[in-house]
Amino acid sequence: MSVLELRSVSRSYGQGASKVAALSDVSMAVEAGELVAVMGSSGSGKSTLLTIAGTLEEASEGEVLIDGVAVATLSLDGRAALRRRRVGYVFQDFNLLSGLTAVENVAIPLELDGQARTSAHAAAMAVLDKLGLTALAGRFPDELSGGERQRTAIARAVVGERRLLLADEPTGALDSLNGEAVLRLLRQACRDGVAGVFVTHDGRLASRADRIIYLRDGHIIDESPAMLGPESLLTNDPRP
Amino acid sequence: MRHALLALLSDGPSYGWKLRQDFEARTGEVWPVNGQVYTTLQRLERDGLIESDEAEADGAQRRFQLTGDGREELGRWLQTPPALGVPQREDLVIKVMVALGLTGVDVRALLQVHRRYLVEVMREYTRVTDASPGDVNLAMVADAEVFRLDAQVRWLDSVEARLVESGLQLQPAADTSLRVLPHRRAKIGGPR
Ligand SMILES: Nc1ncnc2c1ncn2[C@@H]1O[C@H](COP(=O)(O)OP(=O)(O)OP(=O)(O)O)[C@@H](O)[C@H]1O
Ligand SMILES: [Mg+2]
Repeated sequence: MSVLELRSVSRSYGQGASKVAALSDVSMAVEAGELVAVMGSSGSGKSTLLTIAGTLEEASEGEVLIDGVAVATLSLDGRAALRRRRVGYVFQDFNLLSGLTAVENVAIPLELDGQARTSAHAAAMAVLDKLGLTALAGRFPDELSGGERQRTAIARAVVGERRLLLADEPTGALDSLNGEAVLRLLRQACRDGVAGVFVTHDGRLASRADRIIYLRDGHIIDESPAMLGPESLLTNDPRP
Repeated sequence: MRHALLALLSDGPSYGWKLRQDFEARTGEVWPVNGQVYTTLQRLERDGLIESDEAEADGAQRRFQLTGDGREELGRWLQTPPALGVPQREDLVIKVMVALGLTGVDVRALLQVHRRYLVEVMREYTRVTDASPGDVNLAMVADAEVFRLDAQVRWLDSVEARLVESGLQLQPAADTSLRVLPHRRAKIGGPR
């Protein structure tokens, strides 16, 4: 069973003449262990796709299934619980809570889900450590650089036992080595049986995904399949 | 390659086989060299930039060292601005500009064909570097290639954005003789 499945999902905004089709008839599935990149120009529907996959918005048409459960059949509470427990989300603009320190921001989904404060904080510190943020754990968001804020937001998305990681331009404010580190972390999380989808304009980051989906004007126009092995570059294997 | 060999000799004399090994270690597997090291050493010697004592032995067994001229040449080369011509990119530019002048070509589909191909080559470089995490030299050389490819992808994006902005060439003429091949649209999702 796929962790995430979209079946003929469309989403439009507005009415009549001002109606915008942000997504049109998008179908895709992401398996556990798989990391998928979504590429497309500005306005092509990437964020819309992600917010619908993350149950933050509803599809106008079509179905979204997470772990085989149709999201539309869940109550509001059920959906909120799903988001807290199962879905890690990195927003394009980070969405950190300004009144909480970095480690509190990372621990909050666990605490909201009933985990004891000390164990939630220990889990949060472990993820911050992987992202090189141990020394900054006690700072508030406005005391962090853009890149540090971004990494904190990523730590919050990967903490706990998530099934689905969704990240909107997760490396936008990072230089190339930090961007790579973030992708490695997403990659590693996906190896541990999580499904991941991230949105990017950047071919270099997309090149770290298992598959790449290309969006244009709300449609999937193309897809790069799973990669060839590392030998292929050196031995010039014929492409399949 | 000439200058890379001069650079290797700037630390002191070395043997042909050792120079070949060091050269390959520094540039990683990304730019393989086959036997070129020895011919290049011969030419450097002919040009008086390096010298060796035993003229009889073959390239691999000879011991080379930098001459004064060689040292000067190395210093000059390090500071000379790089040659900026990038043939592959020009090739892509030419193809796209030609396509824009043709009727009946779906230019956006063509841009996507190239975009996808470039990103796929980037993926292969990424794979190769990730397969040897400790190899910093390989990572640096691969980065150079990946950034170069990335620049081409960005150029394709900007062509597309300019086309959209100007409302040009978005739809191919109905009756097309020259058609961009439809994309291989694998079944979306599901394990490969
Ligand atoms: N709440 C909204 N109300 C009206 N239109 C919207 C809304 N959200 C998105 N849109 C429109 O839907 C389309 C897709 O937007 P989306 O945010 O998904 O694009 P994107 O691919 O994420 O772009 P970017 O790369 O700039 O973030 C755009 O035309 C946008 O203007
Ligand atoms: Mg967006």
